[in-house]
Amino acid sequence: MDLQIALLLGQDGVTNGAIYALLALALVLVFAVTRVIFIPQGEFVAFGALTLASLQAGRLPGTVWLLLAMGTAIALIEGATAVRARRFRRLPLILLLNCGAPLLLAASLLAVSPAGLPLPVQVLLTLMLVVPLAPMLYRLAYQPIAEASVLALLIVSVAVHVTLTGLGLVFFGAEGSRTPAFTDASFALGDAVLQGQTVLVIVASILLIVALYFFFERTLYGKALRATAMNRTGARLMGISGDLAGLLSFTLAGAIGAFSGVLISPITTIYYDSGFLIGLKGFVGAIIGGLASYPLAAAGAVLVGFLEAYSSFWASAFKEVIVFTLIIPVLLWRSLKTRHVEEA
Amino acid sequence: MSAPLATEERSVVLEVRDLSVSYGKVEALHGLSLRVHRGEIVTVIGPNGAGKTTLLSALIGLLPLRGDLVYLGERQSAGRSVEQLVRQGMTLVPEKRELFAEMSVSDNLLLGAFDRYRAGHRDQLETIDHVFDIFPRLMERREQMAGTLSGGERQMLAMGRALMAKPRLLLLDEPSLGLAPLVIREIFRTIAHLRSIGVAMLLVEQNARAALQVADYAYVLETGNISLEGPSGSLASDPRVIESYLGLGGRH
Repeated sequence: MDLQIALLLGQDGVTNGAIYALLALALVLVFAVTRVIFIPQGEFVAFGALTLASLQAGRLPGTVWLLLAMGTAIALIEGATAVRARRFRRLPLILLLNCGAPLLLAASLLAVSPAGLPLPVQVLLTLMLVVPLAPMLYRLAYQPIAEASVLALLIVSVAVHVTLTGLGLVFFGAEGSRTPAFTDASFALGDAVLQGQTVLVIVASILLIVALYFFFERTLYGKALRATAMNRTGARLMGISGDLAGLLSFTLAGAIGAFSGVLISPITTIYYDSGFLIGLKGFVGAIIGGLASYPLAAAGAVLVGFLEAYSSFWASAFKEVIVFTLIIPVLLWRSLKTRHVEEA
Repeated sequence: MSAPLATEERSVVLEVRDLSVSYGKVEALHGLSLRVHRGEIVTVIGPNGAGKTTLLSALIGLLPLRGDLVYLGERQSAGRSVEQLVRQGMTLVPEKRELFAEMSVSDNLLLGAFDRYRAGHRDQLETIDHVFDIFPRLMERREQMAGTLSGGERQMLAMGRALMAKPRLLLLDEPSLGLAPLVIREIFRTIAHLRSIGVAMLLVEQNARAALQVADYAYVLETGNISLEGPSGSLASDPRVIESYLGLGGRH
C-alpha cells in the first residue's frame, strides 16, 4: 500500500466514520432517555437516502403513504382518548397535527414536481417526510409499553426494524439508488485528491454534533432530556413526562438518521435494506461508548469507519467480520473494567 | 394566589376524603381524610412503615388511589398524572431527593422551572434569584455537580428545585432524614419561612418534635390509619403523642 492509497482509504474511513458517529450518538441518546435499543435507526438512513432519490427521479416517495397511515392511526388513538376524557376541544389540534400536516405535505408534492426543485428544497422535503416518522413510531410502538423491560423494548425494536425494511422494499423497490453529488469540487492533497463531497460530509457531521452539544448544554429542553436519562422519577416530578422525553429523543434520532442518509446517498448506493448494516456499525461505536458516553461512542464509530476502510483493502471478504469482531474485545474489556454496584 | 382570602373561612388547598391506596392486594392506607389550608403547614407524623411516603406518592399521582381528592377546588379524576398535578402547582420533594447528580446545582434548579417554561413563563432567572436568597448555600455551590453536595445541601437543592415551580402546595417527604441536628434546624427554619411567603405545605416527618414545632395542624398516621389529629400545639402535649413520638422530656 502506498501513501496515495492510504490517504484514499483514510478519506473513506473518515467519511463513513462521521456517519457512524452521528448514528452512534443517536443510539446512545435514545437508549439513555427511553432504554430503547433503536435498531430501526438504520432504516431512517435508508429512508432518507431513498426518499431524496425518489424526489429527484420525479416519483412520489412511498414514505408519504407511511406518514399518512401512521398519522391517521395516531389521530384515531388520540382522538378516542380525548373523546373518552370529554376533552373535545383537543380534537381539532389532534387532527391538524397528525392528518392535516401529512396531507398538506402530500398535496404539495403532487402539486409541484419535486424533480425540478433546487437541491436544498429537496433535502428539506426529504427531512419533512422522514423525520416525523420517528416520533410517530415512538407514539405507536414504544409509548404504550414505555415501562416494559429493556428486553421487551428490544424485541419491539426488532419487529419495527423488520416491518420498516419490508415497507422499504414495497416503497422503493429492490434496486439501489444513488443521488448526484452535492458538489463537484475537489482539492489536491499532495498526491491524493480530496473529494468535495467528503469534506461536506465531515463538515456537516461536525456541525450537527456541535449543534447537538449546544442543545444539550444550553437549552432547557436539552437539559430536560439529560435529566430524564439521569433520573426518571426526578424528571417526572418536575413535569418532564417520559412521553415528552421519548418523543423528543426519537425526533432527534429520526432527524440524525434521515440527515445521515441524505449525506451518504451520493457516496454509496443505498438499497432498501442497506440501513441495517450502517446502523449496526453505528451501534458498534455506541457499544464502545458503553451506550452511555457520547464522546466515546463518537470516537468508537470513527474507529469503526477506519477499520472498515483499511480492512476492505487488505481483506475485503472479511470486512464486516473484522468490524463486528471488534465488539468482542470491547465487551470483554468493559465487563472486566466495570464493577457492578447496587444502587443506593 | 390572586384570589382574595375569604374573611372567615380560610381557603382549602387540598382536601382528601376516604383515601385508600393498595400495593396489589395489600392495602397500605385505609380510608383516611385530611385537609390543608392556604398558607398552612400540615404535618403527618408516624412511625416507619405507617404509610407516610405512600400517602405523598399517591397524592402526587405516582401511585393509584381510591377516594375523593379535591385540589384547589377541583375534584381530581382517578387517571390524573404527575405532570397534570405539577402543572397545577403541586410539587413533591421526595424522600430520596431524586436530584440530577451529574448536573450543576443551577441546572437542577432551572429544571425545576421546566414545566413553567413549557407553559410559556420565562421568569426562571428571577425565580432562581429568590431561591438563592432563601438558600444562600446553593448560590455558593451553583457550579458544583449535585452529586458532590453534602446531605444537607442536597435537601436544600431538592427544596429549591421544587420552589422553582412556584408551587401552591409543597409536599415534603422526610426533609430531616439523615441530616445532622444543626442542618435539621436550618431546614425547618426555611420551612417556617416558606409559610410566611404563602406556600402551603404538607410535611411528612418521623422527627415528630421538629415537625410539631413548625406545623399548624398535625395528623398521626399509624399502620395506614389516622389515629389522632389536632392543632399541633395540643397534639404536642397529648400524652399519647408524648409517649410514642416525643419520649421523655418532650415538654420542658
